[in-house]
Amino acid sequence: MKPFIIHTGILAPLDRANVDTDAIIPKQFLKSIKKTGFGPHLFDEWRYIDHGEPGMDLTQRKKNPDFVLNQAQYEKATILITRENFGCGSSREHAAWAIEDFGFRVILAPSFADIFFSNCFKNGLLPIVFPSETIDHLFKSIYANKGYALTIDLENQFVVLPSNEKISFQVDAFRKHCLMNGLDDIGLTMQHSESIKAFEKSYYQKNSWLL
Amino acid sequence: MQAKTLYEKLFESHIVREDAGTYLIYIDRHLVHEVTSPQAFEGLRINHRPVWRNKSVLAVPDHNVPTTDRSLGISDPISKIQVETLDENCNHFGLTQFPMNDNRQGIVHVIGPEQGSTLPGMTIVCGDSHTSTHGAFGALAMGIGTSEVEHVLATQCLILKKFKTMEVRVDGKLNKGITAKDIALALIGKIGTAGGTGYAIEFAGESISDLSMEGRMTLCNMAIEAGARAGMVAVDEVTISYVDNRPFSPKGEAFEKAKSYWKTLHSDKDAKFDKTITLNGNEILPQVTWGTSPEMVVSIEGMTPDPKKENDPSKRKSIEDALVYMGLEPNLPISQISIDKIFIGSCTNSRIEDLREAANVLKGKKIAKNIKLALVVPGSGLVKLQAEKEGLDKIFVEAGFEWREPGCSMCLAMNADRLNPGERCASTSNRNFEGRQGQGGRTHLVSPSMAAAASIYGHFVDIRSLN
Ligand code: SF4
Repeated sequence: MKPFIIHTGILAPLDRANVDTDAIIPKQFLKSIKKTGFGPHLFDEWRYIDHGEPGMDLTQRKKNPDFVLNQAQYEKATILITRENFGCGSSREHAAWAIEDFGFRVILAPSFADIFFSNCFKNGLLPIVFPSETIDHLFKSIYANKGYALTIDLENQFVVLPSNEKISFQVDAFRKHCLMNGLDDIGLTMQHSESIKAFEKSYYQKNSWLL
Repeated sequence: MQAKTLYEKLFESHIVREDAGTYLIYIDRHLVHEVTSPQAFEGLRINHRPVWRNKSVLAVPDHNVPTTDRSLGISDPISKIQVETLDENCNHFGLTQFPMNDNRQGIVHVIGPEQGSTLPGMTIVCGDSHTSTHGAFGALAMGIGTSEVEHVLATQCLILKKFKTMEVRVDGKLNKGITAKDIALALIGKIGTAGGTGYAIEFAGESISDLSMEGRMTLCNMAIEAGARAGMVAVDEVTISYVDNRPFSPKGEAFEKAKSYWKTLHSDKDAKFDKTITLNGNEILPQVTWGTSPEMVVSIEGMTPDPKKENDPSKRKSIEDALVYMGLEPNLPISQISIDKIFIGSCTNSRIEDLREAANVLKGKKIAKNIKLALVVPGSGLVKLQAEKEGLDKIFVEAGFEWREPGCSMCLAMNADRLNPGERCASTSNRNFEGRQGQGGRTHLVSPSMAAAASIYGHFVDIRSLN
């Protein structure tokens, strides 16, 4: 996992609420047994006019010019900003893989669905929750200023606006630590394998029917 | 001793360690299917990690399997690779699997309970959001992502924070024809699809304790659609008699010992919830979704909404978008919406009781002429056998339904069963998102009896008006 410390990038506005994981990565792409290669199919049904299937030649597909990520000014965007309850629906981590593979590193929204939120951290993506008013304000600024960019400072937990104004954000300490150091959860938990064994011993003594 | 909620009891009995509010939680049961596991197994192999406790795993292919003649194998080469990868991984790591042609195969959330692999008091995870289903047994059951699947395989633990607790009380008795599905949709209509975000929901009240285990599973299944990662119901006699004598359930003395523990699995009388929502079971009507999110729901007596009446601009836009996608006019009575296809199945409503309910409506009837396809997809091979024993398959087939092999099927259309663009479906599944049942497909979520009734009339009808 790529460590995340500080990041500066252009914002792409996805002005919809309740964007579900089926929209983020349609199910036909879940048939892959790999973790990579989902980026080209991020928001497939919105991005392309034709219906996408795995293995298609992307250069032959017709893009939907109205969809925000197809607009030239957002081509280099690395920060996605959207509305409430982003990532609702299924637990598919493919949604986080697709967003990361596409090139995003940060998602800003008033709220996220729980499983998606936790999947982000496991893949070097930083989801940040801001109050609706802040999100509203950012949307307006993006629409008014071409190339609107922000700096996200994870260590100090603030976002720097082009005006140099800083907005602080909350992030769980454990998740921050893992993200900043690019740490893999499994490796960390393995360090506690003795505690797990000790727990099992007393647990199965008490709950012997589980054996 | 301090009064505790069921959630707190389940959570606290599985804490391995705590670090500043982040817990390492021990997992009893890990259900695995073909879509969200390949990358997790690959991770184990790359890092040369074994599976911590093979016995905790039960695997089954369900999302990609064909529901038609299985002797022909899987025709889609990519689906085939995914199902074969699961076979290979289970062989390599020594895990119990019910492969595609085993008659115990079925949707992961149907077979866990059916096999007694889901038991009260357990922590249960699966790389699937509808794992909340298993909470019906007084268990803490949650959907997880693939990284977490790998984490649980490798360490038997999950890193978690405590959820907040929400009690959903459904007092009073349900009226005839009203099911757990209607409770779930009515609740989501009330609190919205993000209403439960950050919470574990416990369902309680007279309407809930009156439900069968099948009904409780339907309800907990849809807790995730209300945004909650876990839904649960306290253990009672209904729970205990359901788990008694299942293949994986404890037997004899072990069962007795378990039983006395399971009986403690309810919220204490004075336990405090962070939030309580109440519904009156008596007032719940048959529910039908009209839009592209489960919260876009009204009763059969209702109409599609009028965006002009919505003052909040972002909500107005969602209503407009959903009506356009669904091909519906504002202010249209739900009973006037005509249907192209019917789907009875999915982990929400494909258990024996659901099939009985639908068959009961269909007995001696025929599907309407405008119905192009009506599918029944039993939740498991054993549900299918049981239904055949009861002659339900004949009722369905005589009415004009197709009787299929078990799997997820048209709930998410990863196999060949799907809607064509513009087709409208009355579905007993749980999600009506854009494209969920096939690109451009239009889904209306309903209970099994409401789906069956719609198949006879070709449009939605009030189940209470049929006798
Ligand atoms: S039936 Fe539908 S919701 Fe249930 S596990 Fe299968 S795809 Fe998911």
